[in-house]
Formats: sequence, C-alpha cells, structure tokens
Amino acid sequence: MSVAAAADRPGTAATAARFSPQWIAGRLSGVVLHLAVIGLTVAWMVPTIGILFTSFRPFTAINSSGWWLALSPPFQFTLDNYSKVLSTSNLGHSFFNSFMISIPATIIPVAIAAFAAYAFAWMKFPFRDWIFLAIVGVLAIPLQLSFVPVLSFFVAHGITPSALPPGLQYLPVWLAHTGYGLPFSIYLLANFFRALPSELFESAEIDGAGTLTVFFRIVLPLSVPALASLVIFQFLWIWNDLLVALIYVGGQPEVAPLTVTLANLTNSYGQGYHLLTAAAFFSMFVPLIVFLSLQRYFVRGILAGSVKG
Amino acid sequence: MDWGTFLSQLPIVVIVIVGVPAVLVAYIVGTEYLVRLLPDAFRPRVRPWIWVGPALIFVFGFLILPAILTAKTSLESGAGDFVGLQNYQRQLGDFPTGGAWIAIRNNVYWLILYTLVALGFGLLLAVLFDRVRYETFVKSLIFMPMAISAVALGVIWKFMYWYQPPGVPQTGTVNAILGIFHQDPRIWVQDPSVDNFAIIAAATWGITGFAMVILSAALKGIPADLLEAARVDGAGEITIFRRVIFPLMMPTVVVVGTTLVIFALKAFDVVYVMTGGNFETDVLANRMYKLLFFSGNQGGAAAVAMILLAAVVPVLIFNLRQFRAVEARR
Repeated sequence: MSVAAAADRPGTAATAARFSPQWIAGRLSGVVLHLAVIGLTVAWMVPTIGILFTSFRPFTAINSSGWWLALSPPFQFTLDNYSKVLSTSNLGHSFFNSFMISIPATIIPVAIAAFAAYAFAWMKFPFRDWIFLAIVGVLAIPLQLSFVPVLSFFVAHGITPSALPPGLQYLPVWLAHTGYGLPFSIYLLANFFRALPSELFESAEIDGAGTLTVFFRIVLPLSVPALASLVIFQFLWIWNDLLVALIYVGGQPEVAPLTVTLANLTNSYGQGYHLLTAAAFFSMFVPLIVFLSLQRYFVRGILAGSVKG
Repeated sequence: MDWGTFLSQLPIVVIVIVGVPAVLVAYIVGTEYLVRLLPDAFRPRVRPWIWVGPALIFVFGFLILPAILTAKTSLESGAGDFVGLQNYQRQLGDFPTGGAWIAIRNNVYWLILYTLVALGFGLLLAVLFDRVRYETFVKSLIFMPMAISAVALGVIWKFMYWYQPPGVPQTGTVNAILGIFHQDPRIWVQDPSVDNFAIIAAATWGITGFAMVILSAALKGIPADLLEAARVDGAGEITIFRRVIFPLMMPTVVVVGTTLVIFALKAFDVVYVMTGGNFETDVLANRMYKLLFFSGNQGGAAAVAMILLAAVVPVLIFNLRQFRAVEARR
C-alpha cells in the first residue's frame, strides 16, 4: 500500500528541470518537510530520553544541572541509582509479581475468548446475535461500575491475597483481568474467525473431523496472527495496568505488580529523581522489548480492534 | 528478590504456567467427550453453550451483574438502607465546586483537549510521515509511549515539569525551556491554573501515537489514483487534504475519536501518579477510588461510577449502531 503512495511526492518534483524555480521550490519544501518530521520526532522522544539519561546520572549532578548536560563533559554516568533502588525497594519482587499476574491473566481470557469466538462465528444457538451485540455494548462500560460488588464478593468468599495460599494469591487479579479483557478479546477473535472461508469447515466436516479437530487443527493455526496481536495487547495492558491491581491486591506488597510499587515510590521518594527515573525505566524495559520486537502484531491488533468497529 | 526466594517460588511458577493452560484445554476436551455421549439430536443444542459458557459467566459475573448491583448500591446508605437519590445529591448538589463537580469539570477538559489534540496531532503526523521514506521508523518512535505504563508516563512527566525556585538552574525540561525565553519557572503540577492542562498534555503525549497509527492506516487506504486525478485537475495539496483526504478519513476519525472519548472519561493512572487528584486536578475515576478506599463511602463511590456510566452511554449507543451498520453490510 505504501509503495503506491510513495510513488508520488510533492517534494521530489521529479518533472521540473534542474535549478528551475519549480525545482528549487520543490527541493525547499522537501527540506522543510524533513525538518518538520525529524524535529517532531525528536521533540516526542525528549521526555523518554530525559529519564533514560537521568537514571544513569549521579545524584548530585541530577539536582544541580539539567539532564541534557549529561551530553557534555565531564561525562558522569553510574549504575548506583539502579542498584540502590533495587536493594531498598520492593521492585525486584514486584517484577516477579508482574510476570505472575500478566502471564495467566493473558492466557486465561485469550483461551476462553477463543472458545466463545468460535461458537459465535461458526455455531448456531438461540439469541446468538443478541448476546454478541451485548458484548459489543459491554466494551464501553467503565470498569469502575464493577469494583464495589466484585470486591465485596471476593472478600466475602476469601478470594483475597491474604486468605489464599502462596501462588494462588494472584487469583483475584487473574479473575478480574479475565472478566475485563474478555469483551475485547471475543470481539476481535470472532471477527477474525468469521472471515475464515466456510469451505474449510465444510470439507473438514465431510472428512469426518470433530469440533475439537476443526478448532485445534484448522481455526487456531490459521488465526495465529490475530492470536498473536491479542496476546501482546492483553499482556501489555495487564503489565501496564495500575487500577485493577490497586483495587484487588493494592495493599499487599508481596503480590503488588511493578505499576503499584512504582506509584507508591513516587509518593515516598517525592523529588528523588535519581531513584524514581531508575525505577520507572526498570518497569518499562519488558514492555519496550515486547513492543519493539513484536510491534507489527501490536499495530495489527489495534487496527483490527478499531477500524473494523 | 534474591535467587533463594525465587527458587522457593519456582514450583508455584511451574504449576501456574503449566497448570492454567492445562485446565483450559482439559475443560474443552473433557466437555466435548461428554457431549459425544449424548444422543445425536442434542449435541448441536448443547455444544455451543459449552463453548461460550465460560465467557458468558465471566462477562456476566464481572461486568453486567456488578453494574446492576452498583446501580442498586448507589441508592443505598453505608448500612444498606434505601436512601433514594441522597448519594447523587451529595455528589451533584453543590454546583460548581462542591461534591463531584471539580472532577466532572476536569473530565470535560480531558474529553475536549485530550481527544481533539490527540486526533489533530495524530492526523498531522500521519499526513507528514506519509511523505517520507523512513516513515516506519519515525512512526514507531512516536508510537513507543503506548508501550509504557501510565504510571511510568506520570514519572516521566513529573520529571519534565520539575520545578526549582527562580535563580537556581532549572533541572526540569519545561521550566528550562521557559528560562530560555526569560520566563519565570512555574509549579506545573501544583498550580490550579495550569495543572490540569499539564497533566492532559502528558497523557496526550502518550496516546497520540495510537491515533496516528490508525489514521495512517486509513490514509494508506485512500486510492492513489484518486489523489492523482485531483492533482491533474490542478488542486493544491491543502485543497486535496480538505476536499478528498479528510472526508474519506472521516469514518476512521470518528472511530478513533469515540475510543479516545472513552479513554478520557476513564482517565485515572496519570492523575493518580502526578497529583493524586489534589490541587483541583481530580477526575471521576480517581474520586471514585478515593471514596471507596479512603472514605469507605460505597454509596458515594457507586454514584460516581453511575455518573461515569451516564457519560459513556452515548458512546455505547453509537458503538452499537456502528456495529449493526457494519453487520448489515456483511
């Protein structure tokens, strides 16, 4: 698609003769365009670069000069901030918790959504279209509406971090993220499953393949791109979530994910930016790696979720 | 966490990582086995409910039923007695600065500024980037803030807005830039005349990439020969944008806009991290959180949640209409 669009650019002015007024005007507007593009992009990155530099600068330097001076001599860089913040705060354990929360809370809703999406796409049952419509409606409902009743249900039935055995302590967040992640997951997967050619299903049926065979051998392998998008989306969403974690495991440092711990540090460290920037960067590197390596799928997920809607 | 504790947790890690998928697969395989024991005629009637069942239970149990219960709680006192609209009265009674009104005002700021600026900037970047060859690269740099948490975003921008008294070298980027223009530094996140805008700017920085990516995809969907024809007819680039590109992108702009509206109404993390809702920066989601956990006021929290729902209803209806329109075209 981009090739077709790239063929025709005002800045290139390929037809005008060299050094003619049109040629100069075209070149100039090209220069302005590149300056604007690069300028905006650099400006956009300034906040991130700022904390990256700051996290490697010594405490005294951070408080006496702007981070941009890190680029001029004397070059003072240190790993002290990282070692200090990791040894004095709960961040290391929270890092573990973030994985323990994010991985099951990604697998469960994606799997359950895949089952449901398959039924919505390729099975007949009463009220099917109405139920699907309800799920599309639920997509917009603020999570806030569910906190009070769900939390009191969890407390009344001992589904809280303090009442559950180790390992299962994350259960309330897993369940909550499953409930909250399902409408979007079902919507995205059902749209994808429905677009699969129906001949596939007919010929599989003629071959005598059962429902399970069709699902695991045909539908899932063909849906790897959609599943990958959804998994990345859900994983990043949970890894970066603060609100749901605060509500369901908020007061428990031994199960709190990185976002909760980092938010607490911003209160306790105040202006201690040597530690805060290191902590923030520490919380960012997993999503950044996931994002940079799997960006294609992430973007595809966003497009499937919103353009088709 | 040291390696000793990690190793002691290892069995749990393995059980969870292997156990959770195993349970899920066992469910679908086990129930299918049971369905096959049924007489032929019943199978197609039972099977769909087994496949959608878990999803329906979760969606009903975590979203639909709680929403109904919250509506009920919003009409009750802390002791569970019916008190009519008293909770709403407390939240909405003291216009313009009491109860929830500051939060409502700020959500309106969010709704307008966050949505329009992200859309505008997203569109500008999409159109500009479409004209350069290194598009993919610059797009992923603008998009990157989408990958980081709103908590980290809050830390990043608190640092951007860092304040030092006048006369001392400014270590915060924004105040240092003001200094270049001989302006006095401002306490961006504690001064009620600017703090909302400072926070919204930070959040907008994070979400613009989202708008840009979707709008850019829509832009690429416009047939090149259409633009070519307009150029041959002598239309200028600005006219082409106004008369051809923008109208064709309108449906996507609307879809992105509604998504941003929902994000703006749900705004929480950035406010929680940057000001905790102090200095007149409160928003409804944060007010609800505070009422629930710091005031123990369930009825009030439920009423605030219902106000949020009321704000979302138009978007919800719009989404359903869109969806049915798309379905009708299938």
